[in-house]
Amino acid sequence: MTLLLNGAPREIAGKTLAEVLSELGYAGRIVATAVNGDFVPARKRAEVALNEGDRIEVVAPMQGG
Amino acid sequence: MASFYGFEPNNPLFLGTARYPSPAILADAVKRSGTEVVTVSLRRESGGEGAGQAFWELIRELGVKVLPNTAGCYTVKEAVTTAQMAREVFGTPWIKLEVIGEEDTLQPDVVGLIEAARILSDDGFQVFPYTTEDIVVAGRLVDAGCEVLMPWGAPIGSGRGLNNLYGLRTLRRHFPDIPLVVDAGIGLPSHAAQAMELGYDGILLNTAVAKAGDPPAMAEAFALAIRAGRLAFEAQPIEARDMAAPSTPVMGKAFLA
Repeated sequence: MTLLLNGAPREIAGKTLAEVLSELGYAGRIVATAVNGDFVPARKRAEVALNEGDRIEVVAPMQGG
Repeated sequence: MASFYGFEPNNPLFLGTARYPSPAILADAVKRSGTEVVTVSLRRESGGEGAGQAFWELIRELGVKVLPNTAGCYTVKEAVTTAQMAREVFGTPWIKLEVIGEEDTLQPDVVGLIEAARILSDDGFQVFPYTTEDIVVAGRLVDAGCEVLMPWGAPIGSGRGLNNLYGLRTLRRHFPDIPLVVDAGIGLPSHAAQAMELGYDGILLNTAVAKAGDPPAMAEAFALAIRAGRLAFEAQPIEARDMAAPSTPVMGKAFLA
C-alpha cells in the first residue's frame, strides 16, 4: 500500500507501524512517530495497523532555539 | 536561585543549539558559557540518514539538561503532538511551549498557548511557555498549571533586546514568586544584563551567540553579563532621578570664590 512518509508517498509492504519503520531503515533509531497527526508511543507501534493513504511522521532530535 | 520545576541551576543562561557554524563550535559555546540547560527540537528524519542521532549523541556528551521546544507549531494540536513526541525522544517532562500566531513577528498565539499549556500540564508536562509580557495572559498560564513563564524580549532572532521594558518590569512586580525567563530577541550581553537587573531569573537565547563572529567568546560574554546583572539586582540598584545629586560631600569644602 501507499503511505505518506514525512510528506512523500512511499510504497510499503508492512502492515503495522513497527513493521513499516523497520522496513524503512529506522530500526534502532531514536525517533518519535505520529499517524494522521496523532502521537503513537513506541510501545504501541506494533499494535497500530496502517491503512492506505495514512500520513506517517517520523521525527528525530534536531538543533533548536 | 530560582527553581525551575525543582531544578536550581547555578547559571541562569539557557542556550539554544541551532544555527552554529559547526557541531564543534556549538559544543565549545556550551562549555564556555557554563550553561546547564540547552534547547533542542524535533524534525523529520528519513530512514537513510542519521543526522538527528549524531546531534543527540553530541548533546548527551555535553552532560547538560535539555529543554525541547515546539518551534514552528501554529496550532494547539500540532504543539501538543510535538510535545508528546519530544517527551518520548528526549525523556523529559520539560517542554518549551511555542504556539506561533503569525509569521512576520513569530508572536505567540497566546489564546492557543493557554489552551495547549492546560492540556500539557494536565498530562504531566512541566511547561515553559513562550509568551508575551501581557500580565493577564501570564495569569491564565499560571492558572493552566505553568510554574515558569518565558516572556519575549523582542521577536525571535531580531536581536532588538527588551522592546517593552515597562511591560517586563511590571510582569516581574506582579509575579514576584514565579520564575521568569526572558526568551527571544536578545542581541547583546547588555540586553541580558538589563533583564537580570530587573530581577528576571534567567535568559534564553540562541541567535545572538550562534551567529556571532566567535560564538564561544560571545557565549562567555553573555554568561558574564548575566552574572553581573543578577548580582546587581541582589545588590538593590538605586532609583534613577532627573536632577544631579553630588556624590562628593559639599560639607567642609574650602571657600575659594
